Amino acid sequence: MGAVLEGYGKGTEMIDVLQNLFWILIFPGFVFTLILGLLASWIVRKVSALVQWRVGPPICQPLYDIMKLMGKEVLVPQDAQRAVFLAAPLVGLAGVLLLSTMLWKITITQTAFVGDIIVAIYLMVLPSLALILGSSASASPHAAVGTSREMKLVMGYELPLVLAFIVVVIKAGGRLNLAAIAQQAPVLSISGFLAFVVALLCVQAKLGFVPFDIAESETEVAGGVIIEYSGALLAVWKVMQAMMLVALPLFLVMVFLGGFGTAGWPLVGGIGKYVLVLVLLILIKNTNPRLRIDQAMKFFWVYCGLILVIAVILATIGNYYGINWL
Amino acid sequence: MNWKIWSLKKSIWVFHVNAGACNNCDIEIVNLLTPKFDVERFGIKLVGSPRHADALLVTGVGTRQAVIRVREVYRQIPKPCVVFLIGACACGTGIFHKGYHVAGPLDKIIREVDPNAIIAYVPGCPPKPEAMISGVVKALSAI
Repeated sequence: MGAVLEGYGKGTEMIDVLQNLFWILIFPGFVFTLILGLLASWIVRKVSALVQWRVGPPICQPLYDIMKLMGKEVLVPQDAQRAVFLAAPLVGLAGVLLLSTMLWKITITQTAFVGDIIVAIYLMVLPSLALILGSSASASPHAAVGTSREMKLVMGYELPLVLAFIVVVIKAGGRLNLAAIAQQAPVLSISGFLAFVVALLCVQAKLGFVPFDIAESETEVAGGVIIEYSGALLAVWKVMQAMMLVALPLFLVMVFLGGFGTAGWPLVGGIGKYVLVLVLLILIKNTNPRLRIDQAMKFFWVYCGLILVIAVILATIGNYYGINWL
Repeated sequence: MNWKIWSLKKSIWVFHVNAGACNNCDIEIVNLLTPKFDVERFGIKLVGSPRHADALLVTGVGTRQAVIRVREVYRQIPKPCVVFLIGACACGTGIFHKGYHVAGPLDKIIREVDPNAIIAYVPGCPPKPEAMISGVVKALSAI
């Protein structure tokens, strides 16, 4: 009997492990998010092309790009810190993979844990940190310029981003739980709307879109942080960026716009909210010139900081007196 | 067909080197990206670093100062890659033939680095954007 129970225990453990692997690698994790991400990066290129009155690439173009990069030679610079140079893209990919798996799992099964919003904020920094690591390991002067810009940009947008989430947590009555936060839509209040606008701009900077593509600026520093990457390693960076294009707007939808349903109209509404956030990001991308790094820092710390201080005060007052629209 | 070559043909990222051109060919190259021709339809786009490139677009005659850089840039491109020589100067030194500053026809310079380089010639002064697209198509069907 004991042996049977033991065997049973091992069996369920095995099934749990397999199920977790399935979660991470296939359904809401790697494969699913990658396909969605490639589709999203096609939407980015297509909408940009339409804004510029062009036809734009075919729908499979991001997939062709990744396939081609996988088939190309990988060059490692002679002076590069080899191990870090090779490992950095994988670190970034792992971070964004964990983030997207976590967000999808919270959406689908509603199994959130206390403090998961903080874990998500930490995981969102990982891709930028990996970029900084990889580019500083690549021993190129252009990459060094890109690294310093990326570091300053991270310092610039992290503060407003965290403040924006603090507004949401105050609105949620101090609950640090994404499933609880996703039940409400803080964007319908004044403070929540201000926080949403600032968080959207911070996500713009996190994705490396114009006007905040300062670290990658192709015309001045020739690709900046990813200048020395080629072949499969560049493909990993591109995959990471494509997956961030799913994870970050999804996070915004969950935190500010009232979440993503799993069936029926809430699902359609969720997809609509996601596409809305994505199109807003693309339109900001296509209607703005690139900022200098000092302008970006000033923008995030002074203007966004001020807006968020007002938003935090409004949210606190609204929470204290029970006024929901404040 | 090999999947590597198949996907390469679907997505050509181009790095542009000016090896002493008069800027006329460069303007026509930029013309390819405008709404009228829009080569992004075929997955062609300009990139900032030779490490990301699949095609090297060389304009100009190849001055003594420039060929050193052209050789270096060709070495930096991950293989397989294609070289496009755009304009009469790049194809065969053009009106600068035997000039004091000319280091030789560019195809010879690139073959010194890699004897098996795939080189496509697009003559003209400057070549029309249609001619360049036709050159790309011919070079890709030759891979």
